[in-house]
Amino acid sequence: MADLKKQIIEALNLKHLKPEDIGDDQPLFVEGLGLDSIDALELIVLLQQHYNIKLANPQDGPQIFKSVKTIAEYIRANQPS
Amino acid sequence: MSAITRYCRIYNRTLYNQGQPVFSHKEGTLDDFLDAALQALSIPYPKFYKMDRASKLGFLGAEMLVKDAPLLARYAPEEVALVLANAHASLDTDIRYYESTKTLASPALFVYTLPNIVGGEICIRQGIKGENAFFVMPAFDPVLLHTYVELVMATDKTKACMAGWVDVLGDQHDVFLYLLEKQQPAGTPEHTAEQLRKLYQ
Repeated sequence: MADLKKQIIEALNLKHLKPEDIGDDQPLFVEGLGLDSIDALELIVLLQQHYNIKLANPQDGPQIFKSVKTIAEYIRANQPS
Repeated sequence: MSAITRYCRIYNRTLYNQGQPVFSHKEGTLDDFLDAALQALSIPYPKFYKMDRASKLGFLGAEMLVKDAPLLARYAPEEVALVLANAHASLDTDIRYYESTKTLASPALFVYTLPNIVGGEICIRQGIKGENAFFVMPAFDPVLLHTYVELVMATDKTKACMAGWVDVLGDQHDVFLYLLEKQQPAGTPEHTAEQLRKLYQ
């Protein structure tokens, strides 16, 4: 999960944060890290770039990108073997 | 006639406030300088790191203009205008975005592929909601800038205007921003094209 946090920090230019600053269950949007809709698009790009995963249904985004933990679970369940 | 109550410059990886150098960082890249400048000005604003270089330059310049005297302490948001200009529009970011499209196009870069986004970032940060305009011209043109800004200031609605030049392409960067106010405190220069030429040099 630490690697995923590093990738998120780099992809979203969250230079003020370190991986340990982001809780596994911490909400990423609004009241949590305060990410916005452009960040959501960058997360979709991150999944494709680093894990070769294309989001099948963009409407699933809010559930998948709820926290680092939910992203990690989605990657584990969908990463091509 | 309005008065230039504050002005600043950013070039050669140095911040100048009222003509005096206040921060310089020559090592590393232009991005390193911009991030270090934010730290030097002690501004906690995480969104800065997401901005393109033009927006970062404009943001830092605007901060220098209002650091000691916040605009909204003296004016309503609608009373402050913003007039900017540059030579390279958003080409610096356009090129970076084009490079990203060779693999996966970056949405975060795409949103900065317009020259006037820097104005939006300044308005969000400073709470400005007045008139705004962005000109693209071959080189800094004090006559055009003076003429247009005076027109904006001539309206009843506008009481102050942040104006100037925010240009960047690759490592080359050049910023001149000034604050114009209708009330002229003693010792502040009048807003004339000649005065702008002098302060820009």
